[in-house]
Amino acid sequence: MLKQVEGSQAVAEAIALCRPEVICAYPITPQTHIVEGLSKLARTGELGNCQYINVESEFAAMSACIGASAAGARTYTATSSQGLLFMAEAVYNAAGLGLPIVMTVGNRAIGAPINIWNDHSDSMAMADAGWIQLHAESNQEAVDLHIQAFRLAEQLSVPVMVCEDGFILTHAYERVDVPDPDQVDRYLPAFEPVQMLDPEEPITMGAMVGPEAFMEVRYLAHHKQLQAIDVIPELSAEFETVFGRESGGLIKPYRTEGAETVVIALGSVIGSIKDVVDELRDDDVAIGAIKVVSFRPFPLAQLRDALADAERVVVVEKDLALGLGGIVASNVRMALRGLRTPVYTVIAGLGGRPITKQSLHRVFAQAGADEIDDPHFLDLDLAVVDRELARAREKRRSGPIAENILRDMGLVGGKLG
Amino acid sequence: MTQRVKFYQTGTFTVGNRLLDADSRTVQATLDRSNSLTSGHRACQGCGEALGARYAMDTAMRAAGNKVVAVNATGCLEVFSTPYPESSWQIPWVHSLFGNAPAVATGVAAALRAKGRTDVRVLAQGGDGGTVDIGFGCLSGMFERNDDVLYLCYDNEAYMNTGVQRSGSTPATARTATTPAVGAHPGNTFGQGKNMPLIAMAHDIPYVATASVADLHDLEAKVTRAMEISGARYLHVHVPCPLGWGSNPCDTVKLARLAVESGLFPLFQAEHGAVTDVTPIRRKVPVEAYLRPQRRFAHLFRKPPDTESLAAIQAIADRNIRKFDLLGAGGG
Repeated sequence: MLKQVEGSQAVAEAIALCRPEVICAYPITPQTHIVEGLSKLARTGELGNCQYINVESEFAAMSACIGASAAGARTYTATSSQGLLFMAEAVYNAAGLGLPIVMTVGNRAIGAPINIWNDHSDSMAMADAGWIQLHAESNQEAVDLHIQAFRLAEQLSVPVMVCEDGFILTHAYERVDVPDPDQVDRYLPAFEPVQMLDPEEPITMGAMVGPEAFMEVRYLAHHKQLQAIDVIPELSAEFETVFGRESGGLIKPYRTEGAETVVIALGSVIGSIKDVVDELRDDDVAIGAIKVVSFRPFPLAQLRDALADAERVVVVEKDLALGLGGIVASNVRMALRGLRTPVYTVIAGLGGRPITKQSLHRVFAQAGADEIDDPHFLDLDLAVVDRELARAREKRRSGPIAENILRDMGLVGGKLG
Repeated sequence: MTQRVKFYQTGTFTVGNRLLDADSRTVQATLDRSNSLTSGHRACQGCGEALGARYAMDTAMRAAGNKVVAVNATGCLEVFSTPYPESSWQIPWVHSLFGNAPAVATGVAAALRAKGRTDVRVLAQGGDGGTVDIGFGCLSGMFERNDDVLYLCYDNEAYMNTGVQRSGSTPATARTATTPAVGAHPGNTFGQGKNMPLIAMAHDIPYVATASVADLHDLEAKVTRAMEISGARYLHVHVPCPLGWGSNPCDTVKLARLAVESGLFPLFQAEHGAVTDVTPIRRKVPVEAYLRPQRRFAHLFRKPPDTESLAAIQAIADRNIRKFDLLGAGGG
C-alpha cells in the first residue's frame, strides 16, 4: 500500500510483516523510531505472538537475539553508531554461531567527538564481522531489503545487517509502498532453523575450537558469504516477481554505458550522485554511477565487469580509515586488481556534513581531468585545520582538538548544517 | 522408627543417602538421573564447580521433566566441558560470550515463550567473574525484567580459567595473580568486592539463595525450590577451587563446609527481597580453620602471623553471623 510515511515507521511495518518472533530493543539515535514503531505494533497485537524485549544495552540486545535465534525464533534488532560498537563482541559471535538474525543499522558517525549525524563509520567498523551487509538507497529500498534480508539470512543461516542512512532515510517522510501481508508471506516462508536448542534433540552450540579446526570453521563462514553472491541476485529477482518492483541485488549501475568516469557509492548519497550524473550527461560528460547494495559480500567480479570500460573510478564514501584513506575505495581497488584504472577516493559527509550537488560537480570535474588528490576530503576547511595545527605547535598544552575547533569557528557543537 | 535423620550422624554432610527415605535421597543417587554434565570432562581434580554444576543441573532436569536449555558464560565450566567433539553436556547447551549469558538466556526464554513452549525451562550459569563482574549488567537487566531464567553462579572467588586473577568476588587478603602476596598489605584489599546475592535481592526478584558444595542436599533443595517458581531466580553456589585456592583437591568439600561454619559464606534463601530461611551454623569454627589450609592465605600465617588481618576477617564472619542470625534465635 502506497503511503507517505517516515522511513523508520515504514521499516517497522516491514519488520512486522516478516512476522518476527523476538525483537530486542534498545534506544539509540537515529534508529530509535524503528523500535518505537515496533513497540506500538507489539502492544496493539499487530506483531502477533512476537516477544518484544526492552533490554539494558546494545550488548544485551544482540546477546538476547543470539539466545532467541539459537532457540529457533525469527529475531530482529536495530541499532546505530556507538550501539553497534558496544555490541561488537556479540555481533561477531552471532555470525560465528551462524545465527540468521536481521539487524537494521541506522548509520551514524562514531565518537569522539560525539556526533549523532550520518556517516558510515559504524557499519564499516563491523564490515568484517561475518554479517551480510546491505545498504539502502531509499526508504522503499530499506523496506524491500529487510524483507529480502530475512529470506537471505535464513536460507544461508547467516546474520544480515540492513544499513540505512541515519536521519537522511530514518527520519525522512517519503512515499513508500508497504507491501501486503500475503505478498510477504508468499515470499518469506516460516523460519526453519538449521540448528536449534531443543530438549528433544540436545546439541552443544558454541563449543571451543582449537587450531586444528578453526581455519576450516572460518573458511566456511567466508564460503557462506561467497554463496550469498549467488543468492542475493536470485532473491532480488524473485522479489521482483512477487512484489512487482526491482529492489536489492549486489550492485546497481546507473547510466554507465560509455561512461569514462564511473562514480561508486553506498546508500542514500547515490541519489544526489545520480542527479549530478544526469546534469553532466546533459552536458555530454561521459559519466555514470554504480550503487553498491551488498558491501558484504563484496561483489568483486560483478564490479570488475561493470567497470571494464571505465577510464577512471571515483569512490564517494562516508567513512575514513584513519591512517589509510577510503575503505570502499580499497575494496574497489581489489575488484580492479591488475588493471590500470585509477581509483580516486572522495571522503565525504563525515558526521552529517551535507554532500551538495555543487561539491560533487566540482570533485567530478577534478577527477575527470585526473587532477584530484587521493584521498580527497570533500569540503574540508583546510584553514581551520591549519590553525589548529599551528596552535598545537605553539603550545604543548593546547587542549582538546574538537573544542578548540568549535571555539575557533565560533560554532555551537551539535548544530547541523 | 520415626527418628528424624540428621546428616551429621555420619560425620559429614556428604554421605547419608542410605539413611534416608528413597524420596529424600539426592538426585545423584537415582539411576534415572540425567547426567546433564556427564563424565569425561576435563575439570581439575577436586573441582568444586564441576560438582556444583552436576548436582544443580541434574536437579533442575528432574524438576523440569528433563526439558531444560542451558546457557553458559565463558569460563572454566565452559572450557572443561566442551573441547568439541568431547562435549559433556547431554542437554541443549549454548555458549556465547563471557559477559552475556543472562541476556542470551533472556533470548532463549523469549523464543520459547513465543513458541508456546512453556514446558521448557531456561538455566544460565557462569563463574563469579562472568557473573559479578563482566556479566553484571546483563544479569541486572535479566533480573529487573524478571525474565523466566534461573541463573547459577559458581563462585570460586577469582578468575580461575585465565590463571587465578582477582574478581569482584575475591575475598580480602586472598593472593591472586593480580593481588600478589607482596608489599605492606599482601593479597586482595579490604573493603572491596560485592555481595551478589544481596544485590540480586535488591532487584526484588522472586527467589535468591546461596548454596555450597558442602551441603549438596541443601543445594538440590534450593534448585528444586527455584524451579517451582517462575521469573528471575538467582542461586549463588560456593565452589572451592584447589588450583586457585592452593588447597588439597580432597579438601574441596571440607573447605566449603569450613566457609559455611566460620560464617564467611552464609547459607540463606530469600523471596521477593526478604530472607525467608537461614541455615544455622552447626558448629562454629574460627576463620583461621578455613583460611589456614589454603595457600592463597599463606601470607597471613607467616612468622609472626598477620593478626590484624585475621582479626579483620573474623570480624567479617562475625558480622555475617549477626546479620543473618547464623547461630539461631539471636544466639552467638
